[in-house]
Amino acid sequence: MSETAAPFLDPRDWDAHPPYIHPGYKSSILRGPTQPLVPLKERLKDRRVAVYGAQNLGQLDHDLTRNAAKNGEPLGERIIVTGRVLDEGGRPVRNTLVEIWQANAAGRYVHKADQHDAPLDQNFLGAGRCLTDENGRYRFLTVKPGAYPWGNHLNAWRPNHIHFSLFGDYFGSRLVTQMYFPGDPLLAFDPIFQGTPEAARERLISTFSMDVTEEGYALGYVFDIVLRGPQQTPTEA
Amino acid sequence: MTRLKQTPSQTVGPYFAYGLAPEQYNFELKSLFSPTIAGPDAAGEHVTVLGNVYDGNGQPVSDALIEMIQRNADGRYVSTQQEVEDTGFRGFARVGTGTDSKFRFIVETVKPGVAGPNEAPHIDVIVLMRGMLVHAFTRIYFDDEAEANARDTVLAQVPAERRATLVAKREGSASRPVYRFEIHTQGPNETVFFDV
Repeated sequence: MSETAAPFLDPRDWDAHPPYIHPGYKSSILRGPTQPLVPLKERLKDRRVAVYGAQNLGQLDHDLTRNAAKNGEPLGERIIVTGRVLDEGGRPVRNTLVEIWQANAAGRYVHKADQHDAPLDQNFLGAGRCLTDENGRYRFLTVKPGAYPWGNHLNAWRPNHIHFSLFGDYFGSRLVTQMYFPGDPLLAFDPIFQGTPEAARERLISTFSMDVTEEGYALGYVFDIVLRGPQQTPTEA
Repeated sequence: MTRLKQTPSQTVGPYFAYGLAPEQYNFELKSLFSPTIAGPDAAGEHVTVLGNVYDGNGQPVSDALIEMIQRNADGRYVSTQQEVEDTGFRGFARVGTGTDSKFRFIVETVKPGVAGPNEAPHIDVIVLMRGMLVHAFTRIYFDDEAEANARDTVLAQVPAERRATLVAKREGSASRPVYRFEIHTQGPNETVFFDV
């Protein structure tokens, strides 16, 4: 239901999230709000909002190695990216939409604004989406995105990353984030990653997993995502 | 039981279009969401909501992504996919500012109804863009609803001198009303964003 009386969501944990303006990330300087957010007594954040659209999911939407293939497979290192979407109480967030987008293996986005002179891959779009299962689990098949240069500062390079977008069950549980890869030397120099409070940064880095890795086929990475959730288990009606 | 820690937000970046709004930007992938909250068959007064997102220099942002959620004309949120199909009212829109020549977001909808006397018609808005590390929540009210706005308990919590930043201005013709809602991330008219 869209508007059932909701349990209280925990507040947004500002120790987990970057500030609106992080001067090292140049475009935040003119784009982040400067006034304090206006607090609300209303439990707007708690409102359950169902967002529809998942009925348009296609059979191959979770498989980025096939969902835009024209005449072969995309170039690059095949990887499996999987994990669970949980709320802060550790409960699985079921049947929730996970959308991802990323650069190709050469570090090029198909987006028209990307002028980096790395090659496009005619067999790779770089977009995927799926619903979580009963355990809150999602699973994508893709290729490892390349690093790419950007104009933030001299010799600036984004670490390898995959963008994630999730709604969760509540108005307040919306999350857009980026997943990084373990051991990436660029993380130390990336103002977007470094703009995140130090204690929380680790949560953005996926874990390499031999269990998820499939022999002769693809390396496995695990990225669990925690959304804002109710403070206690809601009583079942 | 130990509480798990929230996964940090990161910016949506400049290249979301082919993943989050592919049809609007002419990529070969079906969009899950569109810039239309209410299709032509939905009940209610059909209106267009549009505006720009401005940065601290007053420049229109060409790579913002806007999401909107609202009640239908009867004051209810949609609750099932069947209802969406039966009524043509989706209740949700997603639109990028990169396809309009003036970098506006343009959303087709119906004027929302309300759930009670202390609520004015409104649309909840989520703002995402490159340079914004955490998405921001704001709200659209309507300038021809002055009485209802005066009773609205959310608007009442906004400092009086900043309330006007949340009120869309009616333009256009009576047969095709347009509400203009400008989002200023900074500056003297900085839009009110909520700690949701």
